[in-house]
Amino acid sequence: MSDDNKAILVVGGGISGITTAVEAAEAGYNTIIVERNPYLGGRVAQLNRYFPKLCPPYCGLEMNFRRIKTNPKITVYTMSELESVSGSEGNFTARIRKNPRLVNEKCTACDKCVEVCPVERPNEFNFGLDKTKAIYMPHEMSFPMRYVIDKNVCTGSSCAKCVEACKYNAIDLDMKTDSVEVNVGSIVFATGWNPYNAENMDNLGFGKIQNVVTNMMMERLSAPNGPTKGKILRPSDNKEVKNIAFVQCAGSRDENHLIHCSAICCMASLKQATYIREKAPDSNVSIYYIDLRAPGKYETFLKKVDEDENVKMIKGKVAKIEEDSATGDPVLTVEDVEGGGKIHQTVDMVVLATGMEPSLKAGAAPGVKVEENGFISLNGQSGGVYSTGVAKSPGDVTTSLQDATGAALKSIQSVVRR
Amino acid sequence: MSENKIGVYICTDCGIGDALDVEKLQQVATGEMRAPVCKTHPFLCSDEGVNVIKEDLNNEGVNKIVVAACSQRVNQDAFDFDTLKYVTERVNLREHVVWTQPPNEETTQLIADDNLRMGITRAGKAEPAVPNIMDINRTIMVVGGGVTGLTSALECANAGQEVVLVEKSSELGGWSKKMYKGYPTAEPYSELTKPAIDKKIEAVKGNDKIKVHTNTEISQIEGQPGMFNVTLGNNGSSETITIGAVVVATGWKPYDPSKLEHLGYGKYKNVVTNVEMEEMASKGAISRPSDGKKAESVLFVQCAGQRDAEHLPYCSSVCCNVSLKQAKYVRELNPDAGAYIIYKDMRTPGLYENFYKAAQDDDGIFLTKGEILGMEEASDGSIEVNVNHQLLGKEMKIKADVVVLAAGMVTNLLPEGYEPNNLTEEYVGVMEQKETQDGVIEELMPTPTTLHLKYRQSPELPHLKYGFPDSHFICFPYETRRTGIYAAGAVRHPMDSNQSVNDATGAALKAIQCLEQTSQGKAVHPRTWDQTFPEFRLDSCTQCRRCTVECPFGVLDEDEKGTPKENPYRCRRCGTCMGACPQRIISFKDYTVDMISSMIKAIQVPDEGTFIVCLICENDAYPAIDMAALNRMNLNPHFRFISLRCLGGTNLVWVADALSKGIDGLLLVGCQYGDDYQCHYIKGSKMASERLGKVQETLDRLMLEAERVEQVQLAINEWDKLPQIMEDFYKKIDDIGANPYKGF
Repeated sequence: MSDDNKAILVVGGGISGITTAVEAAEAGYNTIIVERNPYLGGRVAQLNRYFPKLCPPYCGLEMNFRRIKTNPKITVYTMSELESVSGSEGNFTARIRKNPRLVNEKCTACDKCVEVCPVERPNEFNFGLDKTKAIYMPHEMSFPMRYVIDKNVCTGSSCAKCVEACKYNAIDLDMKTDSVEVNVGSIVFATGWNPYNAENMDNLGFGKIQNVVTNMMMERLSAPNGPTKGKILRPSDNKEVKNIAFVQCAGSRDENHLIHCSAICCMASLKQATYIREKAPDSNVSIYYIDLRAPGKYETFLKKVDEDENVKMIKGKVAKIEEDSATGDPVLTVEDVEGGGKIHQTVDMVVLATGMEPSLKAGAAPGVKVEENGFISLNGQSGGVYSTGVAKSPGDVTTSLQDATGAALKSIQSVVRR
Repeated sequence: MSENKIGVYICTDCGIGDALDVEKLQQVATGEMRAPVCKTHPFLCSDEGVNVIKEDLNNEGVNKIVVAACSQRVNQDAFDFDTLKYVTERVNLREHVVWTQPPNEETTQLIADDNLRMGITRAGKAEPAVPNIMDINRTIMVVGGGVTGLTSALECANAGQEVVLVEKSSELGGWSKKMYKGYPTAEPYSELTKPAIDKKIEAVKGNDKIKVHTNTEISQIEGQPGMFNVTLGNNGSSETITIGAVVVATGWKPYDPSKLEHLGYGKYKNVVTNVEMEEMASKGAISRPSDGKKAESVLFVQCAGQRDAEHLPYCSSVCCNVSLKQAKYVRELNPDAGAYIIYKDMRTPGLYENFYKAAQDDDGIFLTKGEILGMEEASDGSIEVNVNHQLLGKEMKIKADVVVLAAGMVTNLLPEGYEPNNLTEEYVGVMEQKETQDGVIEELMPTPTTLHLKYRQSPELPHLKYGFPDSHFICFPYETRRTGIYAAGAVRHPMDSNQSVNDATGAALKAIQCLEQTSQGKAVHPRTWDQTFPEFRLDSCTQCRRCTVECPFGVLDEDEKGTPKENPYRCRRCGTCMGACPQRIISFKDYTVDMISSMIKAIQVPDEGTFIVCLICENDAYPAIDMAALNRMNLNPHFRFISLRCLGGTNLVWVADALSKGIDGLLLVGCQYGDDYQCHYIKGSKMASERLGKVQETLDRLMLEAERVEQVQLAINEWDKLPQIMEDFYKKIDDIGANPYKGF
């Protein structure tokens, strides 16, 4: 119905951006996804399971990838960034910078290159909890299923062992940054979020105490394709974690850090409590919270976790975390809000329920106005520019995807109006 | 149908050529399987490799392409041949054979040979899709004229769509119209807003693409997406219109406050609900209902009946913000008045935290976590509330002129008289005796409330927990079990008007999209590429009604005798009907009972040793095997995988086919079923398990043990469990002993 219409540009290939692009394409419009990472899926690709169903995010991603693979109306640029935007609603010109992957589309994912690569790097997909080679597959379910070279650590043509190992001429160490200009009718920013930097909270010890991790690290520690193959082992000594504490609102609802509530952390910690409880029947979980936020039908999940006698939920503010230097155990000091007084607790590991910080910084990114708090509100944008998902406001996956589906329609309106 | 010409293309690299005897594979293809064309290539997914295939399509008349190489999940763009002209079948030699088996072993070769036999058989039995394209109507009908319905209507119209908006009452605006003020939805989130509903109503009324029917109810909807006939009733007169798709935005009703007597409602005049409070504020002043005295203090009881198994087990999501708002306007209307909010947990997620903060900064608003221990009326008419102040750990008495119960939302899908915490699964209604082939059975007759669908399964959308007709999928919030009908707003999930506006826009997109896909003869999510349709050989139908009952999407209606009536545009192509049919009369161009039977028969079962066939879900189990391969896990070599669109397509005749051929065991690997089901087709995997519950009948005829057939649930990321699952099943079958039919 719409081959004459201009395309829709979606900035960000996480689950929100994918949803906007796929939903708009299936309504008959050409869409372009620009993703900075070498793979699609964004933050949810790093999650072990979703709350409240405890199902794997890859189930839905796989289905979305299949929809992308079978739909010629969708163009995907990975390792790419939006460089500049000009024009107006119905007729934008956007320049996309394509950073060099150093591996081309001839790659068959045979793995021979990895076998010969001599260089290692910290694996950012697993938050540095393990390593990959300089040439690597971001993770098993990467889409596109293609290797990538970290050019910051690759020693280049002086080594070139991978080039020799690749039968398919898929490695091009001289690949240059490229750019492409696209003419689009509307732009949707689905730029998502980063975990708030937990080192900013001095009293919680992250970065100094090895066994204090973030909730996103906890997802990787629990995932079958994570650094510990799904065994929850603490970083200092690989001991199996039996006693664990969750610190809610680590950086959220805090004027010194993130003022907003990140909307997902209560449910995420409840979910992560089930990871531990499922793995070790004799494990104990303490969750320190301000308010337990399990809106709507999520209440049922809260109730289910609460029924577990080994999970304690305590309204309390964690004042500080210190390390027992002999054992590496974190020791928490908590102000008990209901009981009064102080709680001291020693555990194997602490998970900081760190919040979501929007990816873009306040001020102007190309083509869009970003609010002081980093979110992209719809107010004050020029016509044809939209935001969705966590780039717009903090929310869980389902809410983000309702919004992303709506953003598909808004972006279509900007295209058909012309 | 053009003549079959199969071309087999074997890729020899990514280790395939090193681990397998490729010549042997070629012999299988051209010899016993009689493929007229068979070629090998060292890099089949390269341009040169693909060109070899293309040349055969153009010059050799090959129309069925068997690519024996890597997983169907990779290089799809390379082997992307026109599905309306060609059949493309991918035989997985890489992930499912050489990456999960030791190289150059006899067992490894046997798997590859069998996979090729099955692939060639599948291609031979498949035909290109023939899309069923009819003229469709693209008008969207929006049911409900509240903020959600108005938004859906406007958003559709703004995309160029014709809209019919149906509202039961005499005016548009719903609950939003009754609101005194709204809470902020934009920076700085501190000031109350005047509801913008009037502007929205005017915009709808002034839009020439939107036809508004007030005082109107639906008396019947029949048909399918693109061609629904809707009968509208208006003051005794009726009219039938044709529309393409539906957005259901019928909203919510307040929880019945008469059930909240324990919180003083009905007992004390000055205890009101949050809805009554809003009405009071709209009239301009907050005063005591008992005597009209201006309220100097107002106490809000959060979670009045909510988060309570006896009443509403869920949280209504909006009431914390609503009470903050009401507390704020109590203070605005009377700066000397005080407000108390007694909560369990303050739930102001996301950016609403700023609004909570603004309320906390007001000294006249007292907020505490607490429990209401009791209340009584004082002699001056005020209410004395006994509160367990959980932050101070002590009891306290608060005197309030008005007590507001923050009561919750109930979906309007529920008929009057039904409690959300006590519902039958999927539908609500009355049990009736029904005469069927199998004798008299008790069947639930669902009660119509809104849509009055003339569908065999029910007149309304099926519900999940607590009556909400919600999607069960986190990734796919608009998944619906009635294709072309999308619920939006508080009818499907407790949500505020801000979220409802977003939701209304999303549902509008889905309605438009459904019609676009339908116009091309394509399915809607998840098989959005699929242009095949189920075909019925009705002359062999025995009216057993299994297909009409089991279809997860209510596609099939019945005539008086029980023969299925097709509604192709409702279909999602999962094949559950095909699996259900004992007569094997349902098939798709590229997916039939006979096809899978023939694939099973094409396997060369060794004369000795335990041997198992494994039916796998292509959406999750298939990729899980790929992942095991990427991790170079070794899998038991005595299994053969056959992928299905969904396990729901499993026909019990395959059990007989497999076991009568001497195959020792049949393992089904599919998605989780039950409360937290993960099946993309809602209940495909559940239907398979129910059928297996009756497998003993089939096996009795063969005098075999039912244990030879088993279904396991495997999520896509549980590939690490796969080797053990296979080993365990192998061991179990090995212990049962050889199938006596082996070698016959």
